[in-house]
Amino acid sequence: MLDQSTVARVELDWAGPERITMNMGPQHPSSHGVFRAIVTLEGETVVAVDAVIGYLHRCHEKLAETLTYAQYPSIASKTDYVAAMTSEFAYVMAAEEIGKVEVPKRAQYLRVICAELQRVASHLLWLGTWCMDMGGALGGGATIFLYCIREREDILDLFESLVGARLLYGFYQVGGVRYDLPDGWAAQCRATIDRIDQRIGEYEQMLEQNPFFLARAKGVGVVSRELAQDVGIAGPLLRGSGIPWDLRRTAPYSSYEDFDFRIPVETDGDCFARYRVRMVEFREAIKIVRQALDKLPAGPISSRPALKSVAQIRIQKGESYARVEGPRGEVGCYLIADGSAKPYRMKWRGASFSNLSILPHIIPGHKVADVVAIMGSVDPVFGEVDR
Amino acid sequence: MIPAWLTLLIGPFVVLNVVIGLVTYITLLERKFAARMQSRIGPYRVGPHGLLQPIADALKLMMKEDIVPHAADRGIYNLAPIVFLIPCMLIFATIPFAPGLGVADVNIGILFFLAVSSMEIVGLFMAGWGSNNKYALLSAMRAVNQIISYDLPFIFSALVPVLLTGSLKLGDIAAVQQGGFWFIFYPVIGQLAFIMFVVSTLAAENRVPFDILEAESELVAGFRVEYSGMKFALIQLGEYAHMIGSSFLGALLFLGAWSGPGPEYLGPVWFLLKMVFMFLLVTWIRWSFVRIRVDQILALSWKALLPATLALLIATATVVVWRTNGF
Repeated sequence: MLDQSTVARVELDWAGPERITMNMGPQHPSSHGVFRAIVTLEGETVVAVDAVIGYLHRCHEKLAETLTYAQYPSIASKTDYVAAMTSEFAYVMAAEEIGKVEVPKRAQYLRVICAELQRVASHLLWLGTWCMDMGGALGGGATIFLYCIREREDILDLFESLVGARLLYGFYQVGGVRYDLPDGWAAQCRATIDRIDQRIGEYEQMLEQNPFFLARAKGVGVVSRELAQDVGIAGPLLRGSGIPWDLRRTAPYSSYEDFDFRIPVETDGDCFARYRVRMVEFREAIKIVRQALDKLPAGPISSRPALKSVAQIRIQKGESYARVEGPRGEVGCYLIADGSAKPYRMKWRGASFSNLSILPHIIPGHKVADVVAIMGSVDPVFGEVDR
Repeated sequence: MIPAWLTLLIGPFVVLNVVIGLVTYITLLERKFAARMQSRIGPYRVGPHGLLQPIADALKLMMKEDIVPHAADRGIYNLAPIVFLIPCMLIFATIPFAPGLGVADVNIGILFFLAVSSMEIVGLFMAGWGSNNKYALLSAMRAVNQIISYDLPFIFSALVPVLLTGSLKLGDIAAVQQGGFWFIFYPVIGQLAFIMFVVSTLAAENRVPFDILEAESELVAGFRVEYSGMKFALIQLGEYAHMIGSSFLGALLFLGAWSGPGPEYLGPVWFLLKMVFMFLLVTWIRWSFVRIRVDQILALSWKALLPATLALLIATATVVVWRTNGF
């Protein structure tokens, strides 16, 4: 149930402490994109927050109806541009489900490798920006940010040598993946993830032995188990509130059942718990990539012939919902096919969109500085919220 | 023959210009130092190793349009940077840079320093209020909270060397430390006082982790969010001048001012190096901590720092009395 006491409103003839209404966003250093939070303050304390979204709406779902199954995956990456591989993954899985397209084992493994590397890259960006939210662009947080960006850069280099693009890939295709690993890529990938694995430990030490970081992260923005279930958040937020729900384990797809990994769960539900969950996920993602590289089977990378024209892929009538576990939670794609080369209708379930709806429940009662920390710990990407 | 009143002005004029020069180049030092910490290079393009960068920055700020927000309180808004700058510059008045070299080594030197340096809050609050901006207003509110909370620990920790010396005159405090008897080496009391001094200086200078006034991530730029061009430059100048002044004070109170090996004329150089050390210490802290919240800052001051400095002051007084009179 929605706790009505947390959704405070400013009444007329208010006789309590003086209140001011302040805009944070749409252009604001903390907004991670274009997000507007209208906060009502009593001194430093936030009593109400009104979240306004929609500044980055680009008609993605309508656009999908005008693009063919071969074209859209590279556009799908633009919904969540920080973890572009994930949304492509959901889209091609939905199409494959309707078309009953088999995906070769090698392609499945390659998909897993890219999805997990993308998770590491996305979490790195999250760690950097979140610390920057708490420390400021010119403060201590920026130090961690630049370190994280350095590591993210290494992963983007890997993607660049694999796909040719650094941000928006179009790597996933209906029936498989578009490219096979180039020579020496596996060795380069192993070296990179080993380095990142070691540096994650350094960051953990830097942050967790820093009393000021702990003071800012512990006990802030607590999401209770019940609230998490009521609002329908997913991903690290949900696992930070004590619910062991991860689609890679609860509804395995793309051969995730072949790998040995752990689903981290924390019960505190505060910013620090979410941070811990993501820190363990770094390691688990790296573990999965290592296993996938070790066990990578030989064979074709796609069950379909190489693409010659954009309208080559036709999918029979039908509808399906496919979901993958992205870095921010469940990314779902609902697709209705009408037998042509383009989908009839498409709908995204953005993880950031669902996660963002927790903000008005947990922010009231915190200080202004915590608004930024909580927002950062939710890790929204506004490309995915507004689509 | 130059008239007597003109000779009086020469000292302040020289000090003022040296301070402005120091401020411009210490920003470059800070940026280079921060860049090293973050595995970057820092300013590199303007001049060799970016040495002309501060000059380019200053020129840029001079050429910027001077914007006054429509709803701002014009008088207060325009006056604030100057009101802020004056106390930040005045603090250099009583600092002796070498025996007898300074503007005025008056007998209440440290008292003057502490009194004047806490006056900057007037300018801060004027800037925050006059801008008529909610971010600036919140920042000004925080500024008043913070300065009131941290002035007492700052004064108390600075009073420890005063007690040990028995004089409020900065020249005397420096003089008793000559020959390596720096107050930071004074058993227990010296180190504790130094740590508390650094912490409260951080807060008085509004540096991370106590930079809640500026707080880019939530208040954008705090009290100076509406300032541009030279008014912004004046605020920035004042802030860095205050930082350099506090670093000089720290070097004088705890690190023996101009005492160091080599001939006597190297004294000012040693003093400058110690000031830079103090400054880099603050910078080092700045680039390794996240900002703490306003309630945590106040709690830290009133619940921990203030009682601790007070206890230390009493302990120091006891030691001093014991050493001069015996029990």
